[in-house]
Amino acid sequence: MNTKVSIAGVEFKNPVTTASGTFASGKEYGDFVDLSKLGAVTTKGVANVPWPGNPTPRVAEVYGGMLNAIGLQNPGIEVFKERDIPFLRRYDTKIIVNVCGHTTEEYIDCVEKLSDCDVDMLEINISCPNVKEGGIAFGQDPKAVEAITKEVKSHAKQPVIMKLSPNVTDITVMAKAAEAGGCDGLSLINTLTGMKIDINKRQFVLANKTGGMSGPAIKPVAVRMVYQVANAVSVPIIGMGGISNADDAIEFLLAGATMVSVGTANFINPYTTVEIVKGIEKYLSDNNFSDVNDIIGIVK
Amino acid sequence: MAKAYTKAFVLSREMIAKDIYSMWIKAPSVAECALPGQFVNIFTGDASMLLPRPISICEISKKEGTLRFVYRIAGKGTAKLATLGSGDEVTILGPLGNGFPLILGKKALLIGGGIGVPPMLELAKSLDNPIIVAGYRDEIFLKRELSAAGELHIATESGIIGTKGNVMDAIEAESIEADVIYACGPLVMLSAVKAYAKKKGIKAYISLEERMACGIGACLGCVCKTTKKDHHTNVNNTRICTEGPVFDAEEVEI
Repeated sequence: MNTKVSIAGVEFKNPVTTASGTFASGKEYGDFVDLSKLGAVTTKGVANVPWPGNPTPRVAEVYGGMLNAIGLQNPGIEVFKERDIPFLRRYDTKIIVNVCGHTTEEYIDCVEKLSDCDVDMLEINISCPNVKEGGIAFGQDPKAVEAITKEVKSHAKQPVIMKLSPNVTDITVMAKAAEAGGCDGLSLINTLTGMKIDINKRQFVLANKTGGMSGPAIKPVAVRMVYQVANAVSVPIIGMGGISNADDAIEFLLAGATMVSVGTANFINPYTTVEIVKGIEKYLSDNNFSDVNDIIGIVK
Repeated sequence: MAKAYTKAFVLSREMIAKDIYSMWIKAPSVAECALPGQFVNIFTGDASMLLPRPISICEISKKEGTLRFVYRIAGKGTAKLATLGSGDEVTILGPLGNGFPLILGKKALLIGGGIGVPPMLELAKSLDNPIIVAGYRDEIFLKRELSAAGELHIATESGIIGTKGNVMDAIEAESIEADVIYACGPLVMLSAVKAYAKKKGIKAYISLEERMACGIGACLGCVCKTTKKDHHTNVNNTRICTEGPVFDAEEVEI
């Protein structure tokens, strides 16, 4: 049975990776899962310099998921290069580095600093709802999406995936803009902007007031968007949003995703990623498919 | 130190004060490596409440492979945990965090406030006859166990037992002196403890809490401000779930 998939010439042993920000750089979950069993590890967003992130509380539980407003706290690209890339290279898995920035210059600086690094792919976060500048500001205007994609592509040495926000009227417009900018693939969806109010304290639960919603409750929205985008562009898609088990992952593949990312579910069961890898194999075998590529986007 | 994500069985559960529950669980793989001051993520098993509840460890029996938690009903999740009974299965992740550094041969003062009292019990049992100051609103719990583990002083807001006032009032009223302090409780109490330790020129180890998601250092949800740049995050924020929950009071900004 073949479980290998390819995006922009990079071959992954299976279609399962991690959603950026939920898995750090793999070390913490490496206590539970063999990272070599994953198609790729997608790392927490990293910027050209360290970011302290938002004040706490940064997380809140909501029905069927959670809100987060971490604010892309990260140690900066230099520490990441020195510490996290060599750690991940010890495993037989691909490395997708998520890159964040406030300005085009910051994205480019970070991408250039990664140009000499042994990483397989870049995922550009133009969709974080929790930072005031940059992030989502780039992801809600098709002209800005196309421009930043072009800029990043012209400086990047690795294939470039643009990570899209669901907080838009029509995600296919953004997907087409990224494709026009020359991206090698798309990741979707990032979190949905949400809010929670503590009715007893009569104040916002998150210090940032709003946060990105993730978890099983957003999955139908994500499946719908993956389906729409898969039918609007020809670049491959990494699908994510509420994937908690193999059945969820298979839905995304059937909708048109070439790979899937597991995020919030890691917090609920640290073995989720490897359980999904096994579950996809079982589904293929039970349904007489010999190649995972044969189920990608077959539900029309 | 291995963390385990495992099923555990509830052995007993009882209400020991208003809204305060005590629960013993059987979890040998977690108990065998658990330390005082560490915590365990307990999952409610309810799909509407997906995130685990981080609960401090109150007692550890390595011989029996059991752990005791004493927690307050603070919301729907802990209310759900309070419905678990003997024989019920519960999923846990732990032990998590660093725990208290055990400094032997020094006079230790353990200060617990409210639901910060329970982790002091296992710590007291691990030290040599420490002084324990426990502060409560009105409802007293764990008095018998704490008395057996050290020299117990109580402070209550109403004054029904012990010193009327808070833990700092009790320390002053009873002229308590020590070489090292361990504390867990509300932030306002921990701030007072930090200031007191600084004035006395002694070390204080304080246990912090924050809303958490993963509990293992991946999500960066539960950070606190640090005085120096943190080795892991490379900014002045450190992970309470991993580098903590116990910190040298001088190293964190509270």
